[in-house]
Amino acid sequence: MTLLIVIFAIVFLVLTALVIGKTQSLLKKIDKTKSDTEEVSSTKADSANDANGIALFVFWILSIVGIVWSFLDARKHFLPEASSEHGRQTDYWFWVSMIVIMVGFFVVNTFLFYFPMKYRFNKNRKVTFYTHNNSLEVIWTLIPAAIMAGLVFSGLRVWNKVMDDAPQNAEVIEIMGKQFGWLVRYPGVDDNKLGNYNYKLMDDAGGNDMGIDFTDVHSFDDFGNASELHIPKGKPVLLKIRSRDVLHSVFIPHMRVKMDAVPGMPTKFWFVPEKTTADMRAELNNPDFNYEIACAEVCGRSHFAMKLLLVVDEPEEYEKWKKSQKPFLTVNPALLEKVPDNLKANALKYIQVEAAPVATTEVAADSTGVGNAGTILK
Amino acid sequence: MATVTHSESHTHDHDHEEHHHELGFIRKYIFSEDHKVIAKQYLISGIAWAVIGGLLSVLFRLQLGFPEMDLSWLRFLLGDWINETGKLDPNFYLALVTMHGTIMVFFVLTAGLSGTFSNFLIPLQVGARDMASGFMNMLSYWIFFLSSVIMFVSMFIKTGPAGGGWVIYPPLSALKDANPGSQDGMTLWLVAMALFIVSSLLGGINYVTTVINLRTKGMSFDKMPLTIWAFTFTAILGILSFPVLLSAALLLIFDRSFGTSFYLSDIYINGQALPNQGGSPILFQHLFWFLGHPEVYIVILPALGLTSEIIATNSRKPIFGYKAMIFSMAGIMFLAFIVWAHHMFMTGMNPFLGSVFMLLTLIIAVPSAVKAFNYIATIWRGNIIFTPAMLFAIGLVSFFVSGGLTGIILGNSALDIQLHDTYFVVAHFHLVMGSAAFFGMIAGVYHWFPKMFGRMMNNTLGYIHFWATFAGVYLIFFPMHYIGIAGFPRRYYQWSKFETFNTYTDLNAFISIAAIVTFLAQFIFIYNFVYSIFKGKKATSNPWRSNTLEWTTPIHPGHGNWEGEIPTVYRWPYDYSKPGAAEDFIPQHIPFSQTPESNLPEETELIEKEQELAKIVFDPTIHD
Repeated sequence: MTLLIVIFAIVFLVLTALVIGKTQSLLKKIDKTKSDTEEVSSTKADSANDANGIALFVFWILSIVGIVWSFLDARKHFLPEASSEHGRQTDYWFWVSMIVIMVGFFVVNTFLFYFPMKYRFNKNRKVTFYTHNNSLEVIWTLIPAAIMAGLVFSGLRVWNKVMDDAPQNAEVIEIMGKQFGWLVRYPGVDDNKLGNYNYKLMDDAGGNDMGIDFTDVHSFDDFGNASELHIPKGKPVLLKIRSRDVLHSVFIPHMRVKMDAVPGMPTKFWFVPEKTTADMRAELNNPDFNYEIACAEVCGRSHFAMKLLLVVDEPEEYEKWKKSQKPFLTVNPALLEKVPDNLKANALKYIQVEAAPVATTEVAADSTGVGNAGTILK
Repeated sequence: MATVTHSESHTHDHDHEEHHHELGFIRKYIFSEDHKVIAKQYLISGIAWAVIGGLLSVLFRLQLGFPEMDLSWLRFLLGDWINETGKLDPNFYLALVTMHGTIMVFFVLTAGLSGTFSNFLIPLQVGARDMASGFMNMLSYWIFFLSSVIMFVSMFIKTGPAGGGWVIYPPLSALKDANPGSQDGMTLWLVAMALFIVSSLLGGINYVTTVINLRTKGMSFDKMPLTIWAFTFTAILGILSFPVLLSAALLLIFDRSFGTSFYLSDIYINGQALPNQGGSPILFQHLFWFLGHPEVYIVILPALGLTSEIIATNSRKPIFGYKAMIFSMAGIMFLAFIVWAHHMFMTGMNPFLGSVFMLLTLIIAVPSAVKAFNYIATIWRGNIIFTPAMLFAIGLVSFFVSGGLTGIILGNSALDIQLHDTYFVVAHFHLVMGSAAFFGMIAGVYHWFPKMFGRMMNNTLGYIHFWATFAGVYLIFFPMHYIGIAGFPRRYYQWSKFETFNTYTDLNAFISIAAIVTFLAQFIFIYNFVYSIFKGKKATSNPWRSNTLEWTTPIHPGHGNWEGEIPTVYRWPYDYSKPGAAEDFIPQHIPFSQTPESNLPEETELIEKEQELAKIVFDPTIHD
């Protein structure tokens, strides 16, 4: 199919060239040719001038048709309505701004393509010698300036709200980018605080790829995930973002979330999800729908493949899911060695006593939020 | 040598005179100090790099449009960068997009555009024998040539050319372990760019000095053509901002090779925690974009200047709003320095900075809009000749408007959250900068070809070239906005890993085909260009009946540009279709005393001053 398009395109191009060429040489035979080196005694246009002038306007009319058609055709693939509170706002202002610029686009280009056709060379035309009009300059400076001012003020309002500090009751989750994936850490259901971290403590082989500092008691109940990020619907979620090697960027298209992950400088972004994964599956009539997190800052070979699944749960399901997750200490008891002796008592409660033959403690890929039940000694 | 002194005003005497001797081939055509030769050297280099840069884009568009295609047939060119299953290596994909951007922005649209036309036109249009320093000018080109050689060689390095985007952000670009494209290819990239910056500075200083110091009698600033204003502002932008890129690159070289931590902190890679602490990747971004933003104006301002000239000449009408055009360019120049962080809204920098830069960015849209309106008002009620140059100039205005409008969306930080690093940005800059500036360069070649080579290019081929390219560019980049709105990220080797981006496969294929066809159409121009240099219809000295001084030189301007004295300038360059005038143009060097039938009252009063001007005599004993 595409091969066919390619062939047609090339054939079309060649035919166009041949037609223009043939027309030109035919018209030349009608014209009297001047000798090579004679200075032109009066301004003249060649035989193609009318055609070019008219073609500019025709091109514009065809473009308008093409633009309208292509937009109507392409919009089915646009993202569905934003699934976050601020996302609906930025989308709204995006389309308002697009309408404003499309008006400008159509008006300005119409003048730009109409005038060449209307004023194409005519040896009888008397040109209007008009050098400037300062009032006009002021008008067409002030009007765009006013429009810009409007866009600036509305933009600033939304920007300040989005970039403001997260509400106190926000659900805090850490997401760390690395070549080539995302690691996620939760503050744990017991203290609801993320423990400290230090990049010098990172140890892939030893099971501490996030550099969690186990000398901090708050780390003990922290749990993580390498394949899914779960968040609750209707509650503010504050992502604490970092990176351990190069720049990455957390991009959640459906939530209209984006923030760079910078090694050495933690960043953050908060938002309120408004639709669960189940809600979206129903709305889009697609039982396979999933929210996805992508990387939006070039980071090397597999920049295009840094996918993390995002699951939005109903608040109750989310709480249940959290409780079912296994802290790092549980998953990897060897980390107990990193805990200072005076705190080991605290930490021990997270180490499983029975060697439960659990094949994998990975969170199941189902989205209903119910993880597998492991026994955690409290 | 910037001067030729003659005691007689007629024949060019090639026998030995005091300051003039016949130059050998090498000094005349290779290490030349003649601005016109240097301009052509830049032009040929720019065209060569444009072919390479365009070819790179064809390669990665094949990957993006046809991700399943077996590319084994490309092994003759790319060797092992195509793996055994016929797939393009993802690291090489990043190298392709990196080199495409670097080549197009710097080597084609800065060197090839500014280098060609500032060099060619400044002395000719201000009425000077040559640039202020022919030697610096010669150095500027040959250092650029050296830079080009190193950049070209970097494409053949075993570990690959620089990869990581043309912006080469650290830590990716600083850590050799992070990416093969951060190894020797990156080192060569940095060296080449350092030399490129030196070359640009040498050129820029020359341009500004020549415009300030070497204008001919009567050429006050308010009689300079808009091209010269544009080139001057461009040179100032470059002089002030390129050194900052040099500093960014230098600090990067230090981080890469000398253990410093300007941009590095808290890094764990390849199983090792690196000792570097205290640095910030954001610092690089600030330093880079401090050049990066003015750079886009360095690219577009010369194109806008050329467009003013071409539209006025071919409308047989003064440029509308000459002073407004100057003020808007000056406004753009100032504002260009204070909007850079709109490239950094989502970096995690303090949101307050986001607010400040959004405000300043939306302000810069205003003078740009004013320029577009002035072009359209120039065409209004003119009598339009559609030379290929004029068609491309009109096309430039269209691209500039269309692409500039989407800049308004991106300049709004709240909207940029979703659009940053998506194809919406790619579509935006390819229209407003890439295609518009490209069209300016091409328009300039078509328009000044007769003065450069003494022959005319073929018009028919020019029309075909225009229509194919104009339609092609819109077919490539207009649909790309949709892909951006759908959130497709930049610099992705493929999108099929994500359900979210598993759409628009046909549209991507369409864009790729349009790109390939448009690329092929450029060979119509190259054929026309080369053929016409040798076999083109012989030109006259002023084929477009234009007013500026370059058209008063002989058909083949020699060393020193004018035989005899340099013309004196009496009027501005835009007396086209002046009421009462005999012809529909009055060149700048025609005194008001010779045109009583068309003088405005204030011009009649200037006739007395003309005699004073005539009394200023060239002193042949003073070095020009």
